[in-house]
Amino acid sequence: MTEKTPGPADGGPVPPAGAGLDAVPFLDIDPVLDDRGTRIIVCCGAGGVGKTTTAAALGVRAAERGRRVVVLTIDPARRLAQSMGIDALDNTPRRVDGIKGSDGGELHAMMLDMKRTFDEIVEAHADPARARAILENPFYQSLSAGFAGTQEYMAMEKLGQLRARDEWDLIVVDTPPSRSALDFLDAPKRLGSFLDGKFIKLLMAPAKVGGRAGMKFLNVGMSMMTGTLGKLLGGQFLGDVQTFVAAMDTMFGGFRTRADATYRLLQAPGTAFLVVAAPERDALREAAYFVERLAAEGMPLAGLVLNRVHGSGAARLSAERARAAAENLDEGRIVDQGPGKTGQRGAPATSSEPSHPATAAVSPARPSASEAAPTADASEEHSSRDTGPDSTGPDTGQDSTTDPDTGPDSTGPDTDPELARLTAGLLRLHAERMRVLAREQHTRDRFTALHPEVAVTEVAALPGDVHDLAGLRAIGERLSTPRDRS
Amino acid sequence: MSRLQVVSGKGGTGKTTVAAALALALATEGKRTLLVEVEGRQGIAQLFETEALPYEERKIAVAPGGGEVYALAIDAERALLDYLQMFYKLGGAGRALKKLGAIDFATTIAPGVRDVLLTGKACEAVRRRERDGRPVYDHVVMDAPPTGRITRFLNVNDEVAGLARIGPIHHQAQAVMGVLKSPDTAVHLVTLLEEMPVQETADGVAELRAAGLPVGRVVVNMVRPQVLDEAAVRAASGDHREAIARTLAGAGVAGAAGLVEPLLDQAAEHARRVELERDQRAVLDGIGLPAYELPYLGDGADIAGLYRLAKELRKQGVGAA
Repeated sequence: MTEKTPGPADGGPVPPAGAGLDAVPFLDIDPVLDDRGTRIIVCCGAGGVGKTTTAAALGVRAAERGRRVVVLTIDPARRLAQSMGIDALDNTPRRVDGIKGSDGGELHAMMLDMKRTFDEIVEAHADPARARAILENPFYQSLSAGFAGTQEYMAMEKLGQLRARDEWDLIVVDTPPSRSALDFLDAPKRLGSFLDGKFIKLLMAPAKVGGRAGMKFLNVGMSMMTGTLGKLLGGQFLGDVQTFVAAMDTMFGGFRTRADATYRLLQAPGTAFLVVAAPERDALREAAYFVERLAAEGMPLAGLVLNRVHGSGAARLSAERARAAAENLDEGRIVDQGPGKTGQRGAPATSSEPSHPATAAVSPARPSASEAAPTADASEEHSSRDTGPDSTGPDTGQDSTTDPDTGPDSTGPDTDPELARLTAGLLRLHAERMRVLAREQHTRDRFTALHPEVAVTEVAALPGDVHDLAGLRAIGERLSTPRDRS
Repeated sequence: MSRLQVVSGKGGTGKTTVAAALALALATEGKRTLLVEVEGRQGIAQLFETEALPYEERKIAVAPGGGEVYALAIDAERALLDYLQMFYKLGGAGRALKKLGAIDFATTIAPGVRDVLLTGKACEAVRRRERDGRPVYDHVVMDAPPTGRITRFLNVNDEVAGLARIGPIHHQAQAVMGVLKSPDTAVHLVTLLEEMPVQETADGVAELRAAGLPVGRVVVNMVRPQVLDEAAVRAASGDHREAIARTLAGAGVAGAAGLVEPLLDQAAEHARRVELERDQRAVLDGIGLPAYELPYLGDGADIAGLYRLAKELRKQGVGAA
């Protein structure tokens, strides 16, 4: 790059080499799904990494392996609801049709409606008159419509409710698209501690005037505070809050108790957390953070689901070689197939690269790409070995023996410009794929170096979105199979 | 170009990167932009590979051509304490409020207050002027919450008006809405050429329009080059396998015969993706908004990539007078 950059161009510390996937335990999903002791699976991770799709795919797979499953999604794309044959998910679990398998498994799916969930709690815990007063309170209405932590809190409430109903033997939970991926762990506590914290007590104090002697001191603090907040927010706002708090009074203990109970449920052995990520720097950074946080909270981590990983069946052909070969075809240059050629094939490729404008534009940072390409390097060695008397020997042997003999005859059809253009395209496409592979591996190796203990399963990238159960089933299949990295 | 550029988008579409590139692109010669983040994730600091940003505006980059980019991570709690200090000279009382949980209440639980404080700070930066009357920042670029929450986030007036009908928060909300709904503001939505983000973009645009918020552009991010078209892929399959193998071998590829099948698989995948992308482009065209297009960065979004994206944006008209 010619522009001035304010810092180093390649990012951060690089883990030591050799931390490849071979050293990383494979996250075997099926035993987790099959274990009747697994009652809750929580999918968490950064936004846009495929959490909800992963949760739905796990639900389908578990159901087809005989579990009675409910998937609690938070904010599914319409397409995803439709892929489970449900036009619109709502706050009630709906049975998903089309689940295969003979073990009596079932899948139900629902989408969290936080306002509905909050309303139900109020209705369940207050007499009708009081419930109505709460439901009509403006502060309650804003709070329940979804602010700062309500969604996270209600997700945990719903999880607790589903678990208590005991109608399902496995609950798969998606987590809210939060400001930070950790909000769903923190928000219930925060709301809980607000609801029975000092501040609420102060707000409620006027209703309890004449109580204990200590209240007098508190009242001084309160009038100062309500004065300030009243000025800030408008007196009527504070009035709404006070009415709300007074009406909710008897329910506060319950909120706190349930929040604590759900939190303990998440720490229990029947729970398995799956951290979901894509092989991108930010998503994996959040994943690493999440792994650390779960450990600190004593929450059981099953492993990392790495979505949208690219692979190549032609990985032994390195990006550099593919590009060099494409250039050969562009220039209509047919390389001599003499046996001595193979040994130095890499050399002209790399030296010709910087001078080629197209290549330079596509890959401005050559050095980092090649450093970060352990697979490419490995496969390069592999492919040069191949040219020896190895597995692919017959092919190359044949080529190198026929080419010099038949020379003009056999290259005649090969130099067909259309075919050359096409083959060059195939090679460029492959070079680009290999570059993506190298970057993904590099990114993943960083995570692995930090957390070598975390089991990983990789899910190959799909060209399109999921539209039906078959699509979810295919993802489930990919989730539970070690990826062939050949 | 609008003074306040709000960048939203579905999670994973690269909105922080686009916001940063936009701030760089707008900082043409002699100009100064402020890049703000509101979600406390320190995404800007990570992108620019610097220490975590404090709650203060600091210079983070020099743009190509000499403009300056400043950055600020807005913290709602600090913003509220500053605000109380500014208007009520609270001093120690602010700390007392914090201890009682009142600040936490106001910034995390009281509906809408947090959003008023965050957008309010950005609008204040837009309006701030030097002594000579020139704006301190030519443009303010906000790395905003994702598409699913952007309308509620920006539409603070509606949210707060029902609750705080009088008082400074109410006035603050009014002033903020004045800026946000004016042509001084443009809300951009970042998307990929994939079904879910495109659908979310279409929904987001409809929501923003319904709320009377000024929609700017769609930013199509991570656009990958089309190497082969469908016709080429069709041509490649079938009878041509042997000829391709010979051509590969002729171009110096070892073990060509075994590579043809996987290379054609990759080509078929590519063709399917190209087709899907074309469908998604059609959906985006249906929204009827101008778009910026940014290329996929093969080596990830590092600083070099950021400058490349900024250059692309300038080529497409960002920062032009």
